Amino acid sequence: MSFKTSRARVSGLGASGEGTHHWWTQRITSVALVPLTILFVIPFARALGGPHGDVMALYANPFHALVAVLFLAVGFHHLAHGVQVVIEDYVHGKGLRTALLLGNTMFCFAFGFAGIFAVLKIAFAG
Amino acid sequence: MADVKRGNRPLSPHLQIYRPQLSSVLSIFHRITGVGLTLGAVLVVWWLLAAATGPEYFATVDGLITSWIGNLILLGSSWALCYHLLNGVRHLVWDMGYGFEVETADKTGIAVAAGSGVLTILLWLAA
Repeated sequence: MSFKTSRARVSGLGASGEGTHHWWTQRITSVALVPLTILFVIPFARALGGPHGDVMALYANPFHALVAVLFLAVGFHHLAHGVQVVIEDYVHGKGLRTALLLGNTMFCFAFGFAGIFAVLKIAFAG
Repeated sequence: MADVKRGNRPLSPHLQIYRPQLSSVLSIFHRITGVGLTLGAVLVVWWLLAAATGPEYFATVDGLITSWIGNLILLGSSWALCYHLLNGVRHLVWDMGYGFEVETADKTGIAVAAGSGVLTILLWLAA
């Protein structure tokens, strides 16, 4: 006889083994990305095509550095989750699908951290 | 596994069976813009890394990204971003349980499509 409640017995089951976690993560990151995108993109667009010194000054500012780090972290997290669902929906061969899912995760980690590293280097080392 | 006994049972109709509607077209554009923004994200990271590397490399990369082909990609990426942002908010409103009536969904859909164009123009004017 199990002393678990019905809710506890089914928790974490389902096709992904993690219930609504993936779906919910995508909502949280999308809510966060609304202000972060606006705060990141406008100064970025203004600095684009300008002198190198302006970019260095922009991310030497702690507020803009923090906005950029958060935007990159949350943005690449959101991208990884979104592209994962697209791959799961349209790629049916097991080998290719696994390879693409692996590649997607690695790509998002690599580029997300590369961008964050670049901003932090400018912020701390100039 | 669900796949084992599937055999030759009929499948539910695929996308090409249905006549495209405003809501289905906007929905697939949400996916296309989301996946397409990968390219914009790569350009942003490349540009940031170039700035962190030094003035000479930054000048090269900044020049490439603001060349005519770079600007074309930026134009597409900025529109994709504006569209995905506005339609994402539309999806969040749906998630809260509002705006499902066909008439309302069509209105918000047209607003998102038009708004994404307006927002893109405003962004380029502000930059």
